[in-house]
Amino acid sequence: MSSNKSAQAVASIVVLLAGLASIIGALIIDLMRFELPFRGGLLVLGILLFFTGLYFIPTEKHHKTIINIIFLFPLLFCFAVTVIIPFGLGLFYSTTDWNGIRMTGFVGLRNYTEMFKDPSFLWSLIITVVFVIINMIVVNVVGLALAVLCTSKIRAVGFFRAAYFIPNLIGGIVLGYIWQFIFNNVVLKWTLDAFNYNSSMLSRYNTAFMAIVLVYVWQYAGYIMMIYITGLTTVPKDVIEAAAIDGATAVQTFFKIKLPMIASTITICTFLTLQSAFKQFDVNMSLTNGTGSVQNFMGQYLSNGTQMLALNIYNTAITKNNYAMGQAKAVLFFIILSIVSIAQVRISNKREVEM
Amino acid sequence: MVKKLTPLGVLIRLVFLLIAMYVLFPFALVVINVFRSANDIVANPVSMAGMSVTKLHTNLVSVINNSNFSFWSAFMTSAVVTILSLVLLALFGGMAAWVICRNKTKWSTFIYMTFIASMIIPFQVVMLPLISTFRDVGQFLGINMLQSFPGIIFAYLGFGGAMTVFILTGFIKTVPYELEEAASIDGCSPERIYFNVILPLLKPPIVTVTILNGMWIWNDYLLPSLMLGHNGKVKTLPVAVQAFVGSYVKQWDLILTAALLAIIPMIILFLFAQKQIMGGLVDGAIKS
Repeated sequence: MSSNKSAQAVASIVVLLAGLASIIGALIIDLMRFELPFRGGLLVLGILLFFTGLYFIPTEKHHKTIINIIFLFPLLFCFAVTVIIPFGLGLFYSTTDWNGIRMTGFVGLRNYTEMFKDPSFLWSLIITVVFVIINMIVVNVVGLALAVLCTSKIRAVGFFRAAYFIPNLIGGIVLGYIWQFIFNNVVLKWTLDAFNYNSSMLSRYNTAFMAIVLVYVWQYAGYIMMIYITGLTTVPKDVIEAAAIDGATAVQTFFKIKLPMIASTITICTFLTLQSAFKQFDVNMSLTNGTGSVQNFMGQYLSNGTQMLALNIYNTAITKNNYAMGQAKAVLFFIILSIVSIAQVRISNKREVEM
Repeated sequence: MVKKLTPLGVLIRLVFLLIAMYVLFPFALVVINVFRSANDIVANPVSMAGMSVTKLHTNLVSVINNSNFSFWSAFMTSAVVTILSLVLLALFGGMAAWVICRNKTKWSTFIYMTFIASMIIPFQVVMLPLISTFRDVGQFLGINMLQSFPGIIFAYLGFGGAMTVFILTGFIKTVPYELEEAASIDGCSPERIYFNVILPLLKPPIVTVTILNGMWIWNDYLLPSLMLGHNGKVKTLPVAVQAFVGSYVKQWDLILTAALLAIIPMIILFLFAQKQIMGGLVDGAIKS
């Protein structure tokens, strides 16, 4: 038994050291700039060997710790490399003249001050805020109305729920193109036949903006409806019955009893709609790609009438190849989003405590 | 008992039907127009005139074999990336959540808080440095991180990790610790406690996170478009649709056929797992 244990100890240490050796070997090859094709595989193999060796070390005392490390490592490593490190780098790059590949020097907060002198960015900021506010209200009202409708007792209600939910299954890119077809062909034909108006809704910024709102509500209301349905079904039946006995009308029951009782659901839904409307990118890109002419904003002609913040960041960096500026805008985007989110959580917590 | 249909009842049913028509109208339009030629579509987009199965066949053939779209390759890429990411997220996410939940140390709290705080970070802040880091690190280590399956799955593990851990820890907290103590007294090692005792109990929350992550990864556009590019060999479906539309500006017969092909897998899945999908998305929203 003990010889078995010591054999296992030796074997596990050997595997562990072999793993370490191949990790170090691979890194040395990397540092010496030998372009050997197997160096990536060697590194991965080394890491696997290292953890295998670690796992088989026969120790009663530290086995729990070793398992903890092995269990945490994969996800934490991916998370650190894809989120934490780029996030830190992003904050750093936003104060430099980074061009996506390398940087030559610091510019301090110049990127941040420059962006506020750019009318097209300010325009994006304003319409994003308008878009978020309109959507928060419209999606929630429509979603709640649909939920009330879908909790009524009629046959085939399950079918309608599923039907209203379907748009939410499909990605914004595909939906955006389908709706682009509808606005540029179907709706155009209707307006042409009815008013002899031969210009697409998507060509002018105000109607194009309405089009984005329309598509967004169409896509998102079914999802919000499902959450409201869950909320509404948790309202106890006896409370509603008691209200009915007291002679409350359906409208009164809804506004005086159901609505206050689903306050937490309303909080969740406003939070969700705010977050997703703020980050809206796919539909914006495929439906209008940010185009739409604005004749005069701060004395300038703008061609990006429907370009929201997320798309503005993307275009600044990728299309205009101005990475440092795009990154600075993204950091501002993050700051606004966190302030709004934290404020919203605070306010709703306070309100729920009061109620 | 036969209920009499009141005028209000009729009105409600009418409203139901009208909304359903509005919601499903775009899909109907797609289905009708894939049977028609570009000229017919432009002449009258809402019409059945000129529908023919041969036209559908030519549309399908030209879209599926198009070098910008290459449907089967894009479909397989999307499927492989989504499935592998989901399996690994459930596996690693559950393991990490269990360790975080069952160790009340400063470290585990710190890791948990970092995960939670990171959920507020929008993708836009990390996307540019992410691409450059992946490119530089990949070049340095000799592992291709952009335009490769391992790279994009790695990225999805990183971005999906926080939400997965959050939902799974919420559930593990409700699992009585006595279960683990009993197994431990019976001489069960910690890894076996997790895989034999805890993991089987985690099925419901794992279904929830899998649906949430699955819908997101399958439909995601920005991350794969930045990492894989529009001209690379490896493309997911949304990227392929974008690349295809970019190459055919007004060919609506082909664009709508491509859209239909991109929609169909999700609709089929929805028909089979409607309850789970709707339930999972709602559960996830309420918990987070």
